[in-house]
Amino acid sequence: MPRLEEYRALVGADTLEELYLLARPLRGRSVLHVNSTAVGGGVAEILSRMVPLLHELEIPTRWEVVKGGEDFYAVTKKFHNALHGDAQEVSPRDYQVYEDTLDQNLAQMDLGSDIVFIHDPQPAALVKKRQALKNRWLWRCHIDLSRPSPSVWEFLKPYVEQYDACAVSAPSFAQKLAIPQIMIPPSIDPLSDKNRELEPEQIAAILDRLHIPADKPLVTQVSRFDRLKDPLGVIAAFQKARAHVDARLLLVGGTADDDPEGAQVLQEVRQQAAGDPDILVLCLPPTSHLEINAIQRASAVIMQKSLREGFGLTVTEALWKGKPVIAGAAGGIPLQITHKFSGVLVHSVDGAAYWLKQLLSEPDFARRLGENGREHVRQNFLLTRHLRDALMLFHFAQDPSREMVRLG
Amino acid sequence: MPARAAEPFRFCSRLSLTVLTGAKAADLRELLEHLRAVPESVIYHHTHRFLQQHQHLVPEPPNDFAYWVTEILNDEEFGERLAAIDTVRFNSLEELRQALIASIEERLRNGCDSRPVPTGKEFHFMRAIRFSLLTEHEAWDLKGFSEGLRKVSISSLYLHIFEARLRPPLGINDFSYWFKTQLGETRLSEQVANLDPYTHTLEGLRGRILGFIDWRLKEGSHAAP
Repeated sequence: MPRLEEYRALVGADTLEELYLLARPLRGRSVLHVNSTAVGGGVAEILSRMVPLLHELEIPTRWEVVKGGEDFYAVTKKFHNALHGDAQEVSPRDYQVYEDTLDQNLAQMDLGSDIVFIHDPQPAALVKKRQALKNRWLWRCHIDLSRPSPSVWEFLKPYVEQYDACAVSAPSFAQKLAIPQIMIPPSIDPLSDKNRELEPEQIAAILDRLHIPADKPLVTQVSRFDRLKDPLGVIAAFQKARAHVDARLLLVGGTADDDPEGAQVLQEVRQQAAGDPDILVLCLPPTSHLEINAIQRASAVIMQKSLREGFGLTVTEALWKGKPVIAGAAGGIPLQITHKFSGVLVHSVDGAAYWLKQLLSEPDFARRLGENGREHVRQNFLLTRHLRDALMLFHFAQDPSREMVRLG
Repeated sequence: MPARAAEPFRFCSRLSLTVLTGAKAADLRELLEHLRAVPESVIYHHTHRFLQQHQHLVPEPPNDFAYWVTEILNDEEFGERLAAIDTVRFNSLEELRQALIASIEERLRNGCDSRPVPTGKEFHFMRAIRFSLLTEHEAWDLKGFSEGLRKVSISSLYLHIFEARLRPPLGINDFSYWFKTQLGETRLSEQVANLDPYTHTLEGLRGRILGFIDWRLKEGSHAAP
């Protein structure tokens, strides 16, 4: 894992100095992160980078994953979809499975750290142990909470309100809550295998190994096979645009441990793409970071036609690589893309098809979008900014009544 | 010109953590109601955030209210007027709040109400928890100041140039105040005070101030016996 000093050239010495200044008063305070999967998905990726850097700042940090059976993950997937606003049938038994699983985890997990940082709904109810431990608890919600299904939210809300504070990715995710809600957008690591610079030969070799021809401009969507990412809408948009431009569509994804729907959606995508030689569907293991990096860098246009989105880190990754991005105006994506300045925001298949045709036909305009997008990410969505916000959140949690915190 | 100040200039950094208040406005009347009631830290966030972010975008959108009125309410004329409210002219956040309120009240009196925006396009009120970090950089003379200014973050520039005006001594940035009171550098103090911060990015401001100091240092060395 890269050490903090390795970020100096990318983010500047001043940014690192601010991190050291923020971390100094927190030295020795222990932090525990808990989420629902060790690999796959944006949260696991962020934690895999964030945890070593917190250690380096002398803040002892552990990361644990809640354990559950298939029934637990089926329930939490329903929760996930419901909180995103999709109607779901959640039965009393589902709620019971959730409670029972977390009770089993509570019996086994050491939650005694000074700060316990819980990610997303899956482990949210662990907070019931807070009263006994008297430590600080923070809930990080990575998903779009702007239109949650009332029943699931009413179930989770009493748990959420037992935390000292919660953190969300975008202003529209704020809810009426009795605890402070902090806005912390997520981030990408510019030095990770998924985002670091690659030589053209490396990119070509990886594409060759994955049997991706380079004879036509590549239009790529990198996403879990999830209906909320609208992969079928991407295929439809591509097929419309292809009447005017020659290109190849690449749908690259995988499934995460906590996503039981993935295999079914992948099957639907394959059916839809069957018989079209210009559509490639690639299911890669969750560790294929270099491969994703190479594919994104080789692409002419990146799509992320999400219908609902937490933040949309695949958009951040593509912007960081200077790529023109066509994305659904959902969740945190509008925070990353200013329409026609640092990318394109769309609301429909027709809109996606129109802009795909435009960007493939006007490479100079597409390049300018990519350049602006990269600069926006450099300033706002790199790991060092995220780490800075996390450190400020730890200070805040110690005394949420302060409007001004003086350090040094 | 004193070679050395009696009190050093200590560079600080300003960072802020954004707190979502949960309050939101769907039209101009709701915007006004909330503006009257929110704490000053909310006014601060929505009028100063753009100065720290989007450093590569010039001209900057001067405040969130102007941006929302222009881009979401599609009231370009009124958005332009809100954008023209000179944030750094005010010596307190309360004065700035009153100026915003007066503008909106006038707009509403003239019968220019707006229809509520669709769900998802509301104005979300946020407040800032401010962090003040004392850096390791301090200066006792102009040369040391120049060295420090090259090293500190743009958050530090932001704090000493923009936010300094909101605390005593009111209406003057920290750099100008120190140049004048500690080094007797009246002209340099005025040059920095007269910079229009809206026409520069923070990096651009740093460059201009360093240019003034370099010029003054050269002038000083020529004047030396």
